[in-house]
Amino acid sequence: MKSLEELEEVRQKALDSVKLRKSRAGTRIVVGMATCGIAAGARPVLLSFLDEIKKRNLGDVIVSQTGCMGTCRLEPMVEVYRPGEEKVTYVKMTADKVKRVVTEHIANGHPVIEYTIGSAE
Amino acid sequence: MTGTEANSMEDVSLHVLDIVQNSIAAEASRIVIFIQDRPEQDRLEIRICDNGKGMDPDQVKSVSDPFYTTRTTRRVGLGIPLLQASAEATGGYLKIRSEKGTGTVVQAVFHSKHIDCPPMGRMEDTMAVLICCNPDVQFHYSHIFSDRKFVLHSGEIQQKLGEISIAYPDVIMWIKDYIHSGLEEIYGGVGG
Repeated sequence: MKSLEELEEVRQKALDSVKLRKSRAGTRIVVGMATCGIAAGARPVLLSFLDEIKKRNLGDVIVSQTGCMGTCRLEPMVEVYRPGEEKVTYVKMTADKVKRVVTEHIANGHPVIEYTIGSAE
Repeated sequence: MTGTEANSMEDVSLHVLDIVQNSIAAEASRIVIFIQDRPEQDRLEIRICDNGKGMDPDQVKSVSDPFYTTRTTRRVGLGIPLLQASAEATGGYLKIRSEKGTGTVVQAVFHSKHIDCPPMGRMEDTMAVLICCNPDVQFHYSHIFSDRKFVLHSGEIQQKLGEISIAYPDVIMWIKDYIHSGLEEIYGGVGG
């Protein structure tokens, strides 16, 4: 069984990396988490974002949720907000697509056009 | 691994994630998630209590209707009717108690030995997602299997973290593993 004491280690590590990037404004990733989103697989998508962000040590990224985005058939949907850029909406997301979005868009600033709502419509 | 689950509301943990969305939409600051799994009594109970806005008796009646929504906000959608159908398919039931201004309790009881009883699924994933997306909400999660119990308070964890947010990815992934190992322990390595 893991113990709560291990949390101190996680905290120390987090403190160190937060200090490093205090100056940078953050990216916000918002996942649709209404019944439609959850049923379509929003949970593994959100966890996959966290996993990739942790792996790449991208500490300036916030993952958050919203309700129904109104286009249930395109769920799981994800919106990415980067400071000074237009919002990008990804549709029919999967854990695999998340890896590419994190590498190309979140880390390097190039949206994955083929996964966006514009390509789906 | 995440990403391998089928695309439907097919386990208890996904129902819980969905039902708690109603508490969040009702602006709850404290949400109690209680799961009591007693196979020896052929009984699985899920209870979600919140201190959100609450509903009047008319609203309570209408949330079991799949075609009901408060429309302006989609506060309560399909989640309750889906959970109710799932519980009733095992001969169980769903009850809602709510009071305007006080909060809401949703209770679902399954007959756990019934062939249609959904599996538990990954409660660690559900809790990780809930805590990550709602760092200001106090989650009080307790999970009983037979006579063993696992408890997690998000408030207690936030306190230990000090200035680091509980929503920090490393922290959330740690919480997920912590819950996973805690549940493994109470289930004694069998099922879960």
